[in-house]
Amino acid sequence: MDHLDKLEAQSVYIFREAYREFKNLVMLWSIGKDSTVLLWLARKAFFGHVPMPLLHIDTHFKIPEMIQYRDMLASEWRLNILYGENAGALAAKETFPDGNCDRITCCRNLKTEALKRTLSGEWPRYRFDHASRRYVPDTNTEQYTGVIVGVRADEEGSRSKERYFSPRDRENDWNVGDQPPELWNQFKTDFAPGTHIRVHPLLDWTELNIWEYIDRENIPLVSLYLNRGDGKRYRSLGCRPCTSPVTSPAATVKDIIAELRDGKFANIAERSGREQDKEDGGGLETLRREGYM
Amino acid sequence: MSRREQINIVIVGHVDHGKSTVIGRLLADTGSLPEGKLRDVQALCARTSKPFEYAFLLDALKDERSQGITIDSARCFFKTPGRDYIVIDAPGHIEFLKNMVSGAARAEAALLVISADEGVQENSKRHGYLVSMLGIRQVVVLINKMDLVGFDQGVYESLSTEYESFLSALQVKPISFIPLSARDGEGLTAHSEKMPWYHGPDVLEQLESFETKKSGEYLPLRFPVQDIYKFTETGDDRRILAGTIATGALRTGDEVLFLPSYKTSRITSIESFHTLSKTVAFAGDAVGVTLDTQLYIKPGEVIVRPDEEKPFVQSRFRTNIFWMGGSPLMKGKTYKLKLATCRIAVRVAEVIHVLDAADLSMTQHKGQLDRHDVGEVILETAKPIAFDPASFIDVTGRFVIVDQYEIAGGGIILDGSENHGSLLIEHVHEREIAWDKGFISPADRRLRNRHGSKFIVFTGESYVRAAALAKDLEHYLHGLECQVYYLGLSNLQSGIARDIESANDGSVNAVERLGELARILTDAGQILITAISGIDDYDLELLRILNSPATILVVCIGDPVFTRFDIDLVFPIEVSADKMIRHVYEVLQKEDVVPEYFI
Repeated sequence: MDHLDKLEAQSVYIFREAYREFKNLVMLWSIGKDSTVLLWLARKAFFGHVPMPLLHIDTHFKIPEMIQYRDMLASEWRLNILYGENAGALAAKETFPDGNCDRITCCRNLKTEALKRTLSGEWPRYRFDHASRRYVPDTNTEQYTGVIVGVRADEEGSRSKERYFSPRDRENDWNVGDQPPELWNQFKTDFAPGTHIRVHPLLDWTELNIWEYIDRENIPLVSLYLNRGDGKRYRSLGCRPCTSPVTSPAATVKDIIAELRDGKFANIAERSGREQDKEDGGGLETLRREGYM
Repeated sequence: MSRREQINIVIVGHVDHGKSTVIGRLLADTGSLPEGKLRDVQALCARTSKPFEYAFLLDALKDERSQGITIDSARCFFKTPGRDYIVIDAPGHIEFLKNMVSGAARAEAALLVISADEGVQENSKRHGYLVSMLGIRQVVVLINKMDLVGFDQGVYESLSTEYESFLSALQVKPISFIPLSARDGEGLTAHSEKMPWYHGPDVLEQLESFETKKSGEYLPLRFPVQDIYKFTETGDDRRILAGTIATGALRTGDEVLFLPSYKTSRITSIESFHTLSKTVAFAGDAVGVTLDTQLYIKPGEVIVRPDEEKPFVQSRFRTNIFWMGGSPLMKGKTYKLKLATCRIAVRVAEVIHVLDAADLSMTQHKGQLDRHDVGEVILETAKPIAFDPASFIDVTGRFVIVDQYEIAGGGIILDGSENHGSLLIEHVHEREIAWDKGFISPADRRLRNRHGSKFIVFTGESYVRAAALAKDLEHYLHGLECQVYYLGLSNLQSGIARDIESANDGSVNAVERLGELARILTDAGQILITAISGIDDYDLELLRILNSPATILVVCIGDPVFTRFDIDLVFPIEVSADKMIRHVYEVLQKEDVVPEYFI
């Protein structure tokens, strides 16, 4: 087994543990490369099927290609996909692009709060209806108790301390100082009522591993990651006002791998194009404790 | 495209002995630091007017920096021309022992850091012990902060000797003892000119010599069944047993044995998604298999090959446990055990001794493990399970213990123990001694009822069919004026076993409750009839023992799914009620439960 085989096998194991243990399981799909690899690994784990719903938190400031790609893949792979949003903040224009708050507050409103309330079932969820190819209000309002998320330990400091199975309390709080032990592939799968567990199958993957795997498996990806002639590409995808492309000639997945391995990005942090990280001294920990992904 | 090898290394040691500095320095000196990261940390140090330290690179969280200690296992990545390293920085502080253990459990090699000026401390010893218990075989000791003792060879020698003798008592043999000063970068990635007396490898050289974990494919097959899938609603009829092969190899066409159920079948196919079709799978592969027979198998069973060395299948075993729970591990208490993919209720049968990790002295008769204690313990599971000694096969030889909702302990199996199942026998024995009898004897009841008592269990894959026939039998015997009672499973679940689902910790079990109830009703002279499905040989054995001194009759409707328990009667699923009743009645007559003149 090479290192990608090992990473894949471990992720598959984690998926199967989560599916076995949690009745109300959901997988977050940000449409980026990591969560698309995550989706692919789910199909590996369940022999071509994706037996749990996918949830996308739509800030309505995403780059438009991302939404097109989301719905294209949902159709093609017959995915059970949901989205949620912070309709209140959007209506009141309490966002950074509207000039009414800073980036961190905007993330908190459109992502953290939207995610929390959508997971709990307090705010509406919209389900992709394959017959009409439209999103319709979802009738299921049960709380999700297991949430599969595609974070990687190498992304930034706070993520390197996550467990594969990481509990969150009623308020979504993450107590970094008191996490459950995790040994020999035995994870925290028992949880008290009201709490939920975040499951992280990609924790051991690096950015380079992700691209190597996309290349090996030939996973379809949103084209924003590639240079399409203007010498620019996105290295990390987020909301349009807060994510800038990097200058890079890489036009294929193999170009990206070369660039990460020995080229210009070998020593530059992946999220350097994400503005919200820079506003908070310790990385993303304030947001993450509140439930940011 | 060449793929690089990856290795997991854990770095442990007493608080403040310089682990984070060693890693920070390794990252910087091998040029593995992401540019953004170094800049961020330096900028933050400048803003908070603190001198920059290499340790800050890892301690990325705010409160961690303010306390100056690592509270969780942080992972960082660095690369050498040879391969990629994942370094796990495990906290040294005793309060964060469970984090240290989580970090260390994934490692293939360990660096134990000792500060030259403070020497061997309590946690240096405790960590040495845990590293040995977690099964990490490649261990290197780093004697750090040599700058504080003037790079003195004497200090290095005496510390090495002291720690070596401690570790040898734990069967841990360090590969080397390396003197260094991480802060000054001496002895880390090059030979230190300040320590000309040292001729061994520097830290980086030593890291490069570590070997990655062997895959175990030449050991006997152990394939713990993680789950069973049938995605019929999405048009897939395959019934797939999924799991990760722990050791050994599996081929299509292989005859396999399931343990602890002792069922056998043959592998029809090896299933995977988006790969070439497979006819063989090896240790480490996360795959699925389909079988040539429709077996009723539960997750948690282990697939083995009948022609290879088999695991133990029993309920009692001797273990070493380290305890991290807030409340102590108590003798006689029931917990949930997770071993490979098996989850089962377990009782602490005996705490043989408790070890003081600091001086390796043993305390007998303590009867419990307190938080941070390590000890030798005999466990007994509610039913037999398949396991191996951890020294033979690690995946099926180590376990965790769940107390309430928390993983509170980890352990390794040393070997199987005699007297398996003895807690149950002991329980029945004590129960019978304590049994408070009235003036009416079983013989009196027999005389009055004109029949003896019996516990009749209908089972089979179709609960509906088994229950229907059980009721027919009750109806017939009632017509003969027998003292007979049909007990539906839901009567139990919504009544006297109502607490079971909410208990969650496995301390009570519905089958056990049924067995105790049967004991009472058969003592009352009843013929008690029930129907239950989804049970195995061990459940039937449990019912038989709990119901004693009265006897049990097991009627299986449909193909028997049992391999060990002696089933009294088997009927096809379409059997008529009359035919079934005639046969059951014959058996009851033969066993002298009912007299002949009833008919």
